[in-house]
Amino acid sequence: MLWQVLALACFIAAVIWAGHNAANNMAKRGITFGFDFLLRPAGFDIPFHLLSWDVNNSYGWALVVTFANSLLAAALSIVLASALGLLLALMRLSGNPLAAGTSRAIMEIVRNTPQLVQIIFVYFVLLQALPPPRQSLHLGLGLVLNVRGLLVPEPSVAPHMLFLGVLSLGLVIVGWLCRQPGRIAGLVLPPLLLLAWLIAAGWAADWLQPQLKGFNYVGGYRLPPELLALCLGISIYTSAFISEIIRASIISLPHGQTEAALSLGMTRRQAMFLILLPQALRTLIPPLTSQYLNVIKSTTLGAAIAYPDVLQIFGRTVLNQSGRALEVMALLLGLFLAINLLTAAAMNRWNRKLALQGLR
Amino acid sequence: MKFIRALFGTPTNACLSLAMIALFTWTIPRFLRWALLDATWDAVSRRACAPDGACWAFVKARLPLLIYGRYPVGEQWRVDLCFLLLAVACAGSLFAKRRRGVFLLGLLAGVPIVGGFLLVGGAFGLPTVETADWGGLMLNVILSFVTIAAALPLAILLAFARRSQLPVVSWWATAFIEFWRGVPLLAVLFMGLIMLPMFLPDGMTVPNLIRAIVVLTLFESAYLAETIRGGLQGVPSGQTEAALALGMHHVKVQVLVVLPQALRNSIPGIINIVVDLFKDTTLVSIVGLFDLMGVITQSLKDPSWVGLATEGYTFAALAFFVCCLLFSLTGGYLEHQFSRNRR
Repeated sequence: MLWQVLALACFIAAVIWAGHNAANNMAKRGITFGFDFLLRPAGFDIPFHLLSWDVNNSYGWALVVTFANSLLAAALSIVLASALGLLLALMRLSGNPLAAGTSRAIMEIVRNTPQLVQIIFVYFVLLQALPPPRQSLHLGLGLVLNVRGLLVPEPSVAPHMLFLGVLSLGLVIVGWLCRQPGRIAGLVLPPLLLLAWLIAAGWAADWLQPQLKGFNYVGGYRLPPELLALCLGISIYTSAFISEIIRASIISLPHGQTEAALSLGMTRRQAMFLILLPQALRTLIPPLTSQYLNVIKSTTLGAAIAYPDVLQIFGRTVLNQSGRALEVMALLLGLFLAINLLTAAAMNRWNRKLALQGLR
Repeated sequence: MKFIRALFGTPTNACLSLAMIALFTWTIPRFLRWALLDATWDAVSRRACAPDGACWAFVKARLPLLIYGRYPVGEQWRVDLCFLLLAVACAGSLFAKRRRGVFLLGLLAGVPIVGGFLLVGGAFGLPTVETADWGGLMLNVILSFVTIAAALPLAILLAFARRSQLPVVSWWATAFIEFWRGVPLLAVLFMGLIMLPMFLPDGMTVPNLIRAIVVLTLFESAYLAETIRGGLQGVPSGQTEAALALGMHHVKVQVLVVLPQALRNSIPGIINIVVDLFKDTTLVSIVGLFDLMGVITQSLKDPSWVGLATEGYTFAALAFFVCCLLFSLTGGYLEHQFSRNRR
């Protein structure tokens, strides 16, 4: 009891001391504490933004816009890193010594060099070597790659497809709410439904292709080189770790599981989907989630190549302009902390659900 | 024969092998020609380099800068001496047959103190070198080493605190650990460099290097604490019970019986964290310190060497790769040794 009171007293004393110093310093410079600055107009431009942005928008909206930029980079990186990681893991497990050796070598090189070096290398070396707009590389499907970035066709989705999309989203939510525990269908069908909608919508939509006009392209979306470098750098780095996770979760399954399933008269496909994959998923999901959280945190490295992410714009530009260091940093750290803690909580719930009943 | 069958046994395998061979024949000769055959090793400026090959003359000319930063040329022997001490202490605590404890103590206490005096100077007739002049690969090594040496004791305390029966202590430790694990390192580094002065008494200034070390220490101690907590959980409760039954005081039980076993259990995790930390020290270049990455980025702005990003960053990648590989091999060696001792 005495120790607890003492520890608490020490902690409170430290907080009061730091708070007192902060209050003194702020009073000396005539700064007040408060979040009212979020409503003031920002007055600067954000070079790349997913949501709409205007110079006269408020600091608060700048936080939302730049955070959307960060999440865009994170989402693209997660998809790409998972695909690359799966590829590396399959190469490693293929039983082909050439492919396995290459995968191993790539993994060792990637894991033993800093992420920042990889991002900067992609940005200053690989992307700078791309051709100018007039000699752009055409990658098919309307994708155009040049030194100014990657141009993607812009879809215009018809209203009835949007209606179908809302409908299938509703179905997914209803299906999730009344799913039966222990059935794999509840896990697999909703993503499939959404995927089907995406394919149908993509097929039905009008795609606005990027066109060369004069010295530059118009039409379509432009993903700037900063975004590409950030996503590629993060994906390459993370894929090495993801491939290890996938490999470990597959080789950790006892071979008896396959044999038992087959001897019960299941087909190979049934054994794969009903016996092996659900078990691999159980060991795969927790470390995979922590990698995905790392990806979200890594998007702050965009500051090194001037990608307008939440740290670069909100943590630097807004902080310098408004002078509200304490509030800006509290918002920024709170945002990342909230994402991490919420995901960790969801992960723990999922883990408890999937844990082997006897081992609980 | 077996090898051929493994490569071309099935149609899928054969396709895969052919694809890999095609990839190799396309990339490897080009890379070798660029990096070795057509490369220029000695030149005064970029214009004197062969246009198609790598211009390693740049790295060669800037090597002292890349390793020591702006540390005065006449004083660089002090850095070399420090690294020598560090290497001897490391090698001693890894490979010595006897008196490993002495080497370990030297590594964790002797090297920081002696090295600190040597590098900073200002005593024993050594001129003072400002920490603002430290840079290059030396800065990455110093940051990693000091951070680990400071974070390890803190992490042990945190790990015990989180397992403590006292709710206030364990809640506080949990909150501390989860906070640092939930925020990006770059954001807190940024915060430390801008905002630390705000929380200090007026007129008290702290060099940027120290600020970075403080932030890195707090950040790494959270990750280390979780690894050590895992190690603590791996120690069978019979160990504690046996020690208590022998009449040991419960603090002694934790320090002399449980902790050594827990640390041994957590060696692989600790090595991973050290490797990650060493790689993450490059982030200080974004917040204005001149570590290897920062020095390279700055050297590339030199008019006589402009446009050599490929060579500069390849060198950085190579330097980090070699160092991290050494760490990983050491970790593997330690793990192997411990598992052999246990059997």
